[in-house]
Amino acid sequence: MPEIKELVKNLAGKHGRTRESLIPILQGVIHEERYISDEAMTEIARELDISAAQVYGTATFYSFLDTQPRGKYVIRVCRTISCAMKGKNLLTQEIEDMLKIKIGETTQNKKFSLLETNCLGWCHKGPAMLVNDDAYTDLTSEKVREIISDYMKK
Amino acid sequence: MSKKINLKIDGISVTVDEGTTILQAAKQLNIHIPTLCYHDDLCIAGNCRVCVVEMKGSRTLPASCAMPTSEGMEIMTNTLKVRTARKHIIDLLLSEHNAKCTTCYKNGKCELQELASESKISTESFIDLVPHKNYQMDAYSPSIIKDDSKCIRCQRCVRTCEELQHVSALSVAYKGDKMKISTFFENPMFEVVCTNCGQCVNRCPTGALVERNYLDEVWAAIYNPDKHVVVQTAPAVRVALGEDLGLESGSIVTGKMVTALRRLGFDSVLDTDFTADLTIMEEGFELLTRLKKALVDKDSSVKLPMATSCSPGWIKFIEHTYPEYLGNLSTCKSPQQMFGALAKTYYAQKRNIDPSKIVSISIMPCTAKKFEADRPEMRSSGYKDVDFVLTTRELAIMIKQAGLDFSALEESHYDSFMGASTGAAVIFGATGGVMEAALRTAYEVVTGREVPFNGLNITPVRGMDGVREASVKIEGTTADWKFLEGAELKCVVAHGLTNAKKVMDNVRDGKASYHFMEIMACPGGCIGGGGQPIPTNAEIRRKRTEAIFAEDSGMKIRKSHENPEVIAIYKEFLEKPLGHKSHELLHTHYKERARH
Amino acid sequence: MSYSNLKRVDLIFDQDCNPKEIIKNTFAKTNDQIVNELLESGLKGRGGAGFPTALKWKYTAEQPDPDKYIICNADEGEPGTFKDREILFKVPQKVFGGMVVCAKVIGAREGFLYLRGEYRFLLPELESQLAKFHADLKDLKIDFNIKIVMGSGAYICGEESALFESMEGHRGEPRNKPPYPTISGFRSKPTVINNVETLVYAFMICMHGARKFKDLGTADSRGSKVFSISGDTPKAGIYELELGMTVEQFVDDFGDGDTKAVQVGGASGFCVPRKKFKETIIGFEGVPTGGSMMIFNSSRSMYNVLHNYLEFFEEESCGQCTPCRVGCQQLIKGIEAVKKGQRHANYLEHLQKLAQTMKITAKCGLGQSVANSFFSIVENFKEEMIY
Ligand SMILES: Cc1cc2nc3c(=O)[nH]c(=O)nc-3n(C[C@H](O)[C@H](O)[C@H](O)COP(=O)(O)O)c2cc1C
Ligand code: SF4
Ligand code: FES
Repeated sequence: MPEIKELVKNLAGKHGRTRESLIPILQGVIHEERYISDEAMTEIARELDISAAQVYGTATFYSFLDTQPRGKYVIRVCRTISCAMKGKNLLTQEIEDMLKIKIGETTQNKKFSLLETNCLGWCHKGPAMLVNDDAYTDLTSEKVREIISDYMKK
Repeated sequence: MSKKINLKIDGISVTVDEGTTILQAAKQLNIHIPTLCYHDDLCIAGNCRVCVVEMKGSRTLPASCAMPTSEGMEIMTNTLKVRTARKHIIDLLLSEHNAKCTTCYKNGKCELQELASESKISTESFIDLVPHKNYQMDAYSPSIIKDDSKCIRCQRCVRTCEELQHVSALSVAYKGDKMKISTFFENPMFEVVCTNCGQCVNRCPTGALVERNYLDEVWAAIYNPDKHVVVQTAPAVRVALGEDLGLESGSIVTGKMVTALRRLGFDSVLDTDFTADLTIMEEGFELLTRLKKALVDKDSSVKLPMATSCSPGWIKFIEHTYPEYLGNLSTCKSPQQMFGALAKTYYAQKRNIDPSKIVSISIMPCTAKKFEADRPEMRSSGYKDVDFVLTTRELAIMIKQAGLDFSALEESHYDSFMGASTGAAVIFGATGGVMEAALRTAYEVVTGREVPFNGLNITPVRGMDGVREASVKIEGTTADWKFLEGAELKCVVAHGLTNAKKVMDNVRDGKASYHFMEIMACPGGCIGGGGQPIPTNAEIRRKRTEAIFAEDSGMKIRKSHENPEVIAIYKEFLEKPLGHKSHELLHTHYKERARH
Repeated sequence: MSYSNLKRVDLIFDQDCNPKEIIKNTFAKTNDQIVNELLESGLKGRGGAGFPTALKWKYTAEQPDPDKYIICNADEGEPGTFKDREILFKVPQKVFGGMVVCAKVIGAREGFLYLRGEYRFLLPELESQLAKFHADLKDLKIDFNIKIVMGSGAYICGEESALFESMEGHRGEPRNKPPYPTISGFRSKPTVINNVETLVYAFMICMHGARKFKDLGTADSRGSKVFSISGDTPKAGIYELELGMTVEQFVDDFGDGDTKAVQVGGASGFCVPRKKFKETIIGFEGVPTGGSMMIFNSSRSMYNVLHNYLEFFEEESCGQCTPCRVGCQQLIKGIEAVKKGQRHANYLEHLQKLAQTMKITAKCGLGQSVANSFFSIVENFKEEMIY
């Protein structure tokens, strides 16, 4: 809790305390915490002098501004048609098996969350996924296993 | 003069000012275009799309509420294309809506229901989406019930809470099919910054936001032969109740209402006006005492400006938003709570009734009063001072339930003792009224003369501007109040919490200095309260206000300190304003609440 | 596989130019000269709506307000579109160049590039490119500054007024129009908002003159365009092609020999079935596209394709207006019900009428364009919807 306060304060110092700073601050919290807790939102509301419901309403609009606890690595598999046609289902299956979680869930050790997302802009190199900010394309079963194993070691 | 624009609607030419929307222009021609998200008091959203019309040269149908008129425009409001589109849209809304109309609290008063019936939507043509939704019901607040399954996402409540009240307890959350109206983290309304003012309830077109009603509880008390049920009615109820019972807005129905309450079976029909006058005595003396301490005793701990405390929405707002100013609030309870405390003490003694057998009911223009009555501080009689609070709307329902033909009822008077009223008490119901009533009394206390305003009408504090300032020069003081000689008493009046915030920010930032502030949570004051008949708009509020001041000027006694029952209660029971008993029964304290 | 020779163009990715030089030379011209050159070129917006770029700049320039903005729309979220990513990756200086030229014309001192959250990995490189650009401007004594603003995963924020809302810290809910951005955009100030590609073309027109651009394409669709090609094709990728080709020519070049349909313009675009390949021109006179071309061969279920699109819209609708929010849910539930036999096949006609209502009553382009794919898929592949 004190760390969150600190984090939000620093972010507000960096981005400013007007309404326009709201989304950059929320993004900053995501960058550090992977999700925006109710404490974080309350702090942000205090810093920007807006209501907490407004912070919540804005955050929940954006699919990257998670308000649920997420793992250290958030995997987002593209589910849009071009990737779907290139075998995205097998890919998610592979990840689900490896991490023993279903889409929407987070591993026990809080290391991974698995989500689906809309078009990532890599349709010509599908299937594609993001792990946090990094894009991985032309995925195959082996490739995915390799990538996830690497993250497991991190 | 603004530029004029000529256009045609349904073939009829009309000239309007630049900036007029199609909807407004159509209104000038008496052409009715149905709307849902539009509300006179709010900024334009243009999201329900019910008001679409055909516009020559346009591929799409613009929303008439949001589309400004332009020169040469040709609009058709009644074509097959418009009709089909509108029907689709209403049908879509219905498919997301838990249309259990017969058991809905808003049955017969729902704008969606009205539109559906107008469009003669017989069988629903789309798939019922309600089973696919995880709709939430929040019935935890003592004031307001929020049922998402009735919500059509017009965002009127969100705009109300933000624009009129600057609270934003409600916000739009999520997007797409998951989009919903939500509090912070979907917490119950009573756990968030909601002030219970009920302005959202006043503007909700459906049954998604309604007051928590206590009809069954009140009927049960009435039917219980062991109970003595007293009822008090707030000043603003008498100028609005008629609207829910088929009368014009602005009708004064005091006498009929009293008759109706008796016919409903209340054992004693009393008037909150009595404690409104008492409030003036207590609050007036509190103000004068604070001024004395500050000016004569130079006591730096005295908090000025002093703010009125009769609006429970305002109280909760300041508790959340400006807790550092709680000391500036008058410690006076609201008239409702003073009444409650006296009903189970003074009244009980005088009428020789066991207070545990008294059920104390109030009829209020307000939803926040329900919360106020539940506050733990409000038990100074040893019991819950006010047992149940009904809104004006609930009283109208009871009258209908009892089968009374309201407009045919005879007029009658309140029961005596704790039933006497003055013009000063009546105007509590309108913004500026408490200020005016307080000045009428305080000035006279200090100078021995009436306020120097024609006919006691302190016009500078009247009106509908959101923030109104006035100053009264005190001259010719009596010996006790010499220290006030020549002083300018600086007053400010604000209504609607957005205006309250403006005033508070000015006070906080040192941009304004006042002695006395009257603040009402609701636009227009209590006449525009969250428990008043729906709909509301500036015109309706103006009519109710006029009725209030008409009632005032028709009263024989127009100053609180001349209320004979008030004089009597000080003689028999309270001794003097701010006395020991007063403190015990009529004053309270406040608590800091989280801002977020 | 037959091989037509669709004309490859190299205006956008051409590295053989010096952006700083172009800026310098362009700043030597009058605003009228620049606008006229653009007008002459016939350049229309590449973000989807196809509004003439010259006029957009001109209208904004005419506004008396001292504060104006130029915004580069890099929210590229349309399914099947990925060319803006490549442009920003390969020729960012040209994008910035287009922005500063626009700034000169309209009189803006501040510009913003709204980058979709999915492309955050581009940010470090973009920031360093931007630093270089700002240094160049300093050299040239040009007072203009660009800031990169990140999106956070909401397709609707590509819609211009939703984008302004997002930049102002709000939910990305489209505004009522009018007023249009040229009068009231970001911070309610006159604003030009252009697609990434549009800005690069504008910049290249400043360099080469209108002629080179205008000589390409057709009367309604001048110039060339960057296409994002995906699906059942051996040559998925990014191609700059001359406008004016038919779908048949396109399929000859990019199809896998078994092409059944091409979705032109992404989920909000049109599905062209094989029988209409010949007659359909890709461009503003036929089917317009922001660049997304998705190719489907006969192994694909068009029901699945439509279902996928509708899922996308159902989730990505901002949710504020009734026809779009509820309409999308009804369309998806409706085709599911027909497929499962819970509703009669003629329920599809009812849904088509609904789609028509969405097209004419939705508040913004998202809700209005759901009907495009819905109509063109349901009409052309009805059996696949039912059986
Ligand atoms: C739902 C929706 C999404 C859009 N997404 C984008 C986008 O990602 N990129 C873009 O340049 N334009 C997008 N647009 C179009 C913009 O609103 C706007 O027309 C465009 O940025 C103008 O630039 P242009 O004139 O250069 O095309 C979108 C429009 C809608 C209705
Ligand atoms: S059409 Fe859809 S995306 Fe556009 S305003 Fe309406 S609900 Fe939002
Ligand atoms: S009343 Fe016009 S869109 Fe709702």
